Amino acid sequence: MIETLLAGLDELLLVAFGIGALAGALLMIVLREPMRVATALISTMVFLGGIYGLLGVHFIAAFQVLIYVGAVMVFMVYVIMMLDPRDPAIQSRFSRLLVPAVIGFVILVFVLVGAAWQGAPEAPAAPRETFGLQQFAAAFVREYWLHFMVATVLMEAAIVAAVAVVKLHRRGRG
Amino acid sequence: MDRVQLLIGLSIALFSIGLLGVIVRRNLLVMLMCMELMLNGVNLSLVTFAHQMGEAVGAVLVFLIFVVATAEIAVAIPIVLLLVERKHSLDIGAYNDLKG
Repeated sequence: MIETLLAGLDELLLVAFGIGALAGALLMIVLREPMRVATALISTMVFLGGIYGLLGVHFIAAFQVLIYVGAVMVFMVYVIMMLDPRDPAIQSRFSRLLVPAVIGFVILVFVLVGAAWQGAPEAPAAPRETFGLQQFAAAFVREYWLHFMVATVLMEAAIVAAVAVVKLHRRGRG
Repeated sequence: MDRVQLLIGLSIALFSIGLLGVIVRRNLLVMLMCMELMLNGVNLSLVTFAHQMGEAVGAVLVFLIFVVATAEIAVAIPIVLLLVERKHSLDIGAYNDLKG
C-alpha cells in the first residue's frame, strides 16, 4: 500500500503543484489589491519551482526561487509599499474589454491546446537521462558563451537605463 | 494524458491567463505582474520540452529569459514610478494621452 503510494507520489505532487499554480494565476485576475495579486504570483512561482524540481532540473528550480521570487517579486513588493495601491481613481477592477478579452482567451486556449495536442512530438522510447548542472554549465561555456555575454551586456544596459530614467527626470524637474 | 501534455497544457493556461490579465486589468502594477506570469508560462514549456528531449538548450534559454525578465523589471519599475508621480494614479485610463 505504502509502496504504491510512494510510486505515484511524483505524479500526485506534479498534479497538486499544477493545480496550485493554476489557482494562483486565476487569483491574480480576480483579486483587487496589488499586494494580494503579488502574493498569488509568488505562490504560482513557488509551485512552478516545485514542478521544475520534480522534473529533475533542480538548478532551474533554484533559479526560479532565487531570481523570480527573491529578486523580481521583492522589487515589486517594494514598489507596492512605496506607492499607494488603493488608488481611488480605479473605480473598476476590469477594463471595458472584459467580455471580448474573455471570449478571445477561451478561443486562444482551445487553439493552442489543440495545436499542442496534434503537434506533440513522440515521447522517446527509453526515457533519456535528465541533464544536471554539470551538463548545463558545460553547454553554457562551450556553446552558448556568446549568448551569455550578450545577456550580460543587456543587464548592464538595463541598469544604466534605469539610472538614466531617474536622472533625466530629476534634471527635468530641477 | 501524460506528463508532458499536462505540463504543456498548464504552460498554455498560464500564458493565456497572463495575457488576459494584461488586457482586462486596469492597475499598472497588476499588468506588470501579469506579464511576469506570461514569461513563467513560456519558461515552463521550455523546461518541459528540454526535459523531454534530454537536451540542455531549453534550460539555457530559460536562464537567458530570467536575465531578460530581471532587466525588464529593472527598467519598467522606474518608468511606472515616474508615470505615477506625474499622474498620481495607477489607473491605466489616466494615461490615455500616451496614445500615438
